[in-house]
Amino acid sequence: MSAPLKLCKLSKHYGDTAVVDGLDLELAPGRCHGLLGPNGAGKTTTLRLALGLIGADSGTVELLGHTLPDAANKARARVGVVPQMDNLDPDFTVRENLQIYGRYFGISQREMAARIPALLDFAGLAGKADVPITTLSGGMKRRLTLARALVNDPDLVILDEPTTGLDPQARHLIWQGLRRLMAQGKTLLLTTHFMEEAERLCDDISVIDHGRVIVQGSPRDLIKTHIEPHVVEIYGDGLAEWQTCASQFSRRAAPRENSAPSGGSERSERGGRQLCRRCEQAGETLFCYTETPEKVVAELETNNSKTAGLRYLHRPANLEDVFLKLTGRDLRD
Amino acid sequence: MINLNWFPVWQRNFLVWKKLAMPSLIGNLADPMLYMLGLGYGLGGLLHEVDGVPYLNFLAAGTLCYSVMNSATFETLYSAFSRMHVQKTWDAILNTPLTLRDVLIGEWVWAATKSLLSGVAIILVIWGLGLYSNFAMTLALLPVVVLIGLCFAGLGLAINAVSPNYDFFLYYFALAITPMVLLGGVFYPPTALPAWLAGIAAWLPLTHAIELARPLLLGRWPDAVPLHVLVLLGYGLAGFTLGLRLTRKRLLR
Repeated sequence: MSAPLKLCKLSKHYGDTAVVDGLDLELAPGRCHGLLGPNGAGKTTTLRLALGLIGADSGTVELLGHTLPDAANKARARVGVVPQMDNLDPDFTVRENLQIYGRYFGISQREMAARIPALLDFAGLAGKADVPITTLSGGMKRRLTLARALVNDPDLVILDEPTTGLDPQARHLIWQGLRRLMAQGKTLLLTTHFMEEAERLCDDISVIDHGRVIVQGSPRDLIKTHIEPHVVEIYGDGLAEWQTCASQFSRRAAPRENSAPSGGSERSERGGRQLCRRCEQAGETLFCYTETPEKVVAELETNNSKTAGLRYLHRPANLEDVFLKLTGRDLRD
Repeated sequence: MINLNWFPVWQRNFLVWKKLAMPSLIGNLADPMLYMLGLGYGLGGLLHEVDGVPYLNFLAAGTLCYSVMNSATFETLYSAFSRMHVQKTWDAILNTPLTLRDVLIGEWVWAATKSLLSGVAIILVIWGLGLYSNFAMTLALLPVVVLIGLCFAGLGLAINAVSPNYDFFLYYFALAITPMVLLGGVFYPPTALPAWLAGIAAWLPLTHAIELARPLLLGRWPDAVPLHVLVLLGYGLAGFTLGLRLTRKRLLR
């Protein structure tokens, strides 16, 4: 089976800004591919290009064997889309929303009537068929939007931030639904700002920034390749003082760490550097990235006046750490 | 228009309308009825005859055209704007195999259909009140009403495409619709206007709509039918084409 979606050297400019800038992406069939990136990185534009809604300035899009934009509507017949913002039809009931959406795909009313019970079941809305959309909760609307994306039994489902704004219960329900789709062999392409979501759901991940894919791989590989395995987050009173002290202490204790600077060493704060491989200060918190967390922890556990006001959290590194390392901590508005 | 991809869009709007058909039809009738009865009897009492017929009979054609224009205009401004901008219904449809062209043709034909419905309601009143001289001729009003609907729906789609919000539509009403109502011959024959104003009126599509409808109600075959038909079709097609281009720029850039 060939790639359900293949983007090659794709570029799209708005004025002088390259929103998508030579982007390459290839989805593997039957897998869930996550598109991560800060706001304005080009995720939504990439999806719109992939669907043939807008034309690229250069590069090619191949969607389910069709070359876009010419055969875009043929290709879209086999794609389901969950948009970033709910756009269910407020004038209709749950059932009517599915029925009418089916019409846009040329699905007969009889066929839709046969498909709707399973779709409602999938969305956990079996008892709500004849309820108006306006009475549904945010989570229900989202699930219905997901069910609506499946009316044409698509090969590829594209989801733009499917769980933004949902509570944890609702989010877990969406995740379950997406896993069931993967079990049915469908290919998923999703954007998200929740790294935990990407880590749980995605087989492959592309981190994009400034319209380009900056790294690609499985969540586990990305964590293994791009970041130290442990993180100690330190915060509380006397952090600055402790940093100064700790750096003096560790200069004696661990001189070798100094000679092995990591890629992010420019970002390192002056204190605490010698205790761990890489440090980043974000607001009131110091993030120590290290292979050997014991040293930092031991130092923090030393009971003296310097550590009295400090609190810390030692945890394994996760995808969010990778993401922040690669795209920076600066706000993108 | 050759394929029928646009039909589900038309159907969607029809199904929504069906839920509110009664209030919608009553609303479509109330306004023109008040015009016709209020002005027809009120002014008619003072005027006796205009162009050789009672004022109420004279006014009927103008009211019909004006209402059909209003219905098509409202549908493509306020209702279409809600679907495009507020509810994002068009965005949802664009993720399916349908194209923006299909969506706009569906909206165009739907607005013309809805204005046909309100036109038919008024024609029923005209028949009921006997405000015509030749029944068979009044049947020719139906295609005229369709033309008026397509004309103003097309123009409305162009305005809708560039509107940032609902308030923007007031400009269109103030600068296009109201002048048309006042100059196009709804309330009096255009011959009453000084030459320079009549010259302006001759460019307005509503004037041509009334030039077709009024004689048909008064029992005469209209003059220069091809000209009026072409003007109405021309405005409608130009509006639609411009609307499609501008909406594409707005939604799919």
